[in-house]
Amino acid sequence: MATLECIGLTKRYGSTEALDSVNLTIEPGKITGLLGPNGSGKTTLIKLANGLLTPTSGKVLICGSAPGVETKRIVSYLPERLNIPTWMTVTQLLNYYQDFFPDFDLERARTMLSNLSIGENMRIRAMSKGTREKVQLIMVMSRRAKLYLLDEPIGGVDPATRDYILNTIIGNYDPEASVVISTHLIQDVETVLDDVVFINQGRIVLRSTVDDIREKEGKSVDALFREVFRC
Amino acid sequence: MDWNFRQDAPIYSQIIEGFKLSIASGELRPGEKLRSVRELAAWAGVNPNTMQRALSELEREGLVYAQRTSGRYVTEEENSVARVRRQLASERLSEFTAFMNRLGYAGEDIIGFIKEGEKPNGNS
Repeated sequence: MATLECIGLTKRYGSTEALDSVNLTIEPGKITGLLGPNGSGKTTLIKLANGLLTPTSGKVLICGSAPGVETKRIVSYLPERLNIPTWMTVTQLLNYYQDFFPDFDLERARTMLSNLSIGENMRIRAMSKGTREKVQLIMVMSRRAKLYLLDEPIGGVDPATRDYILNTIIGNYDPEASVVISTHLIQDVETVLDDVVFINQGRIVLRSTVDDIREKEGKSVDALFREVFRC
Repeated sequence: MDWNFRQDAPIYSQIIEGFKLSIASGELRPGEKLRSVRELAAWAGVNPNTMQRALSELEREGLVYAQRTSGRYVTEEENSVARVRRQLASERLSEFTAFMNRLGYAGEDIIGFIKEGEKPNGNS
């Protein structure tokens, strides 16, 4: 069964069409890049899959079910903005995640925190923006979820951390789990992706594997993206 | 191996080339055990499926073999290693020859340069 399925998925904000009849299937075990310029509908799609928005028409299904309590159990979501309580210390945050999510792997989280030299006594509020983002991503990737929805996971962190984070993603996901990464930093994520979905003005304009693009077009996904979305 | 992936070719084929070079040069020794797909993927910074695809292809070409329970190993067949070594050498040689031809040097000139170990100095 598909991990994520969109069927004629449409979302309008007033007269603005954010998503227009999107049909998309994400299979288990794949890392998919959701790539598009600003305002193309990436975040809307991810929010719909999380049940944070409701479709104007069409459907979105997670392992066959509409978003709800059951799907939140199996979806690990990294929002585009910080959503962890800033008054907590890292230790408190670890407890909080453990209470909330039965699939939270404490050992994994602690290993990653220590690899990135983030002290567990530190309060989130006292951290730099980049460090907060690291902590948030560690929490999300420490769940043993079926679907990871990562909205711009590497936007705010330095290149060395970016490498570490991407390695964490490829090293940690279950072979049956799927990862969706929305980003416009294509060059950085290109080698870790199986599939790419180009989205523009609420529509899917291209769906392919990374190696097919490189094989057929003789150029990288990044180069193709710049061509397709030339301003 | 140093993984600087080129922009113009599939990633899995560049991984294959990298392994071939390591095997041909003896950097990976015959019978040496390879790390797990996941470890290799993290090391190269690529998707595990991409690494898997590259390894399957190397298996198909007889350069690595899988032991059902214990993992993958570099081939112990001397012929396979010799074949890939020649293959890589001949690929490089045709690239080199094509480049020299483009500069206007033909067969004898090129052989001369190699024999004398001289640098072409442009006044030939």
